[in-house]
Amino acid sequence: MSGVLSAIVVLLIVGAVAALILVIASKYMSVPENEMFPAIRECLPGANCGACGYAGCDGYAKALAEGEETKTNLCVPGADGAAAAIAEIMGVEAEDVVEMVAYVKCNGNCDTAKHKYEYAGINNCSAANILFQGEWACPNSCLGYGDCENACPSDAIHVVNGVAKVYPANCTGCGICTRTCPNHIIALRRAVDPTIVRCSNTQKGAQTRVACSKGCIGCMKCEKVCPTGAIKVVDNLARIDYDKCVGCVACSENCPVGVIQRF
Amino acid sequence: MLKEVLKIMFGMIFTQNYVLVQFIAICPFLGVSKKFDSCIGMSGAVIFVMTLASAVTHLIYQYIMVPNGLDYLSTIIFILVIAALVQFVEIFLKKYIPPLYKSLGVYLPLITTNCAVLAVTLLNVSNGYTAMGGGLLLSCVNGFSAGVGFGLALILFCGVRKALEHAKPPKCFEGLPITLVAAALTSMTFMGFAGMADKLFG
Repeated sequence: MSGVLSAIVVLLIVGAVAALILVIASKYMSVPENEMFPAIRECLPGANCGACGYAGCDGYAKALAEGEETKTNLCVPGADGAAAAIAEIMGVEAEDVVEMVAYVKCNGNCDTAKHKYEYAGINNCSAANILFQGEWACPNSCLGYGDCENACPSDAIHVVNGVAKVYPANCTGCGICTRTCPNHIIALRRAVDPTIVRCSNTQKGAQTRVACSKGCIGCMKCEKVCPTGAIKVVDNLARIDYDKCVGCVACSENCPVGVIQRF
Repeated sequence: MLKEVLKIMFGMIFTQNYVLVQFIAICPFLGVSKKFDSCIGMSGAVIFVMTLASAVTHLIYQYIMVPNGLDYLSTIIFILVIAALVQFVEIFLKKYIPPLYKSLGVYLPLITTNCAVLAVTLLNVSNGYTAMGGGLLLSCVNGFSAGVGFGLALILFCGVRKALEHAKPPKCFEGLPITLVAAALTSMTFMGFAGMADKLFG
């Protein structure tokens, strides 16, 4: 009996001493917790999309709260609302969010693109891409099995007639689709950019023409009509330098295959 | 004495490696070995806590439990002491050594419930280090080397996982299954050290 008693007493004493030490320690060694974190986290949409460059909304909120990050406008889905709310908590001036919209760099569809072979494998883009970059003759075409559609959290991208189409009204610019596409043909543009090149084929014009009637053939007409020299054809594909672009849309009006499109 | 220390170190790091030979602390081993940085952080925290826990439990065992005939309570008291110790260390580091807290911070609470720490303190008792002269030193060496062994296993396996990232296993093996298979193979390499500690330092 005394054995049991002494065991209980010793355990109680050890537990009480440990508890006492912890209580004293937490009282005298406490570090004030950062109160900004929960407040900032509240402002973020919680989509955990990673568009800000951090691992989810918690990561971004933590970086802001601890002063590692000073930019309040990195949350693209949260847009100006979130940026303003965060700026208010942090006591800094709000900066506008550069709103981004995804776009698909492929202009072909089931009618314009030629088949390389008939694909009858697993019904998704990443599987199709492993087999000679998909069934289409163009190596940079939309594969059309809708991996992006499945990945999109806001129902903003759908495959229509074999090619993915972004519905900008729904698009939050999180960029998940750009990372999902195995062929890397989805990119983000600033919502204010006036024109885009809707093709990513870098083959020679003749080859592109054989593969798809709506691909960029690298004719350089856009380069010639551009008043500011913002368009350059590199590797048989027109590329727009948005820092120089003034939005005259001459390129889009003069493109013989219609791959430069405006919004 | 030096021979004894070397034998313990070699034994705990290689022949009796906690993770790869005795299969203790598999959860942090699988959980933290994804990134090299977190491996280093976790290893540092484990070495630190194991050494400290060995020393503290040794003193408690020798000066409180043995005189009262309570050595059969070692498991439960050690759990209590380790949990309190880790919490205290966390609070202490947060206040006085913030850089160390930042690098170890997230791993410290994980270690509270790490079975390897409890295992090393119980091993100190069952190996009889507590009864020997200089037992405190041997206990600490044992804890320290067990931590180093854990870190070694973690860092080695981190490299294996890096290679696994680029391998494409069949769908049914993706993720944890192939990781466990790789862990088993890594563990087999350590079987090769079996018996070496006794032969070298025995």
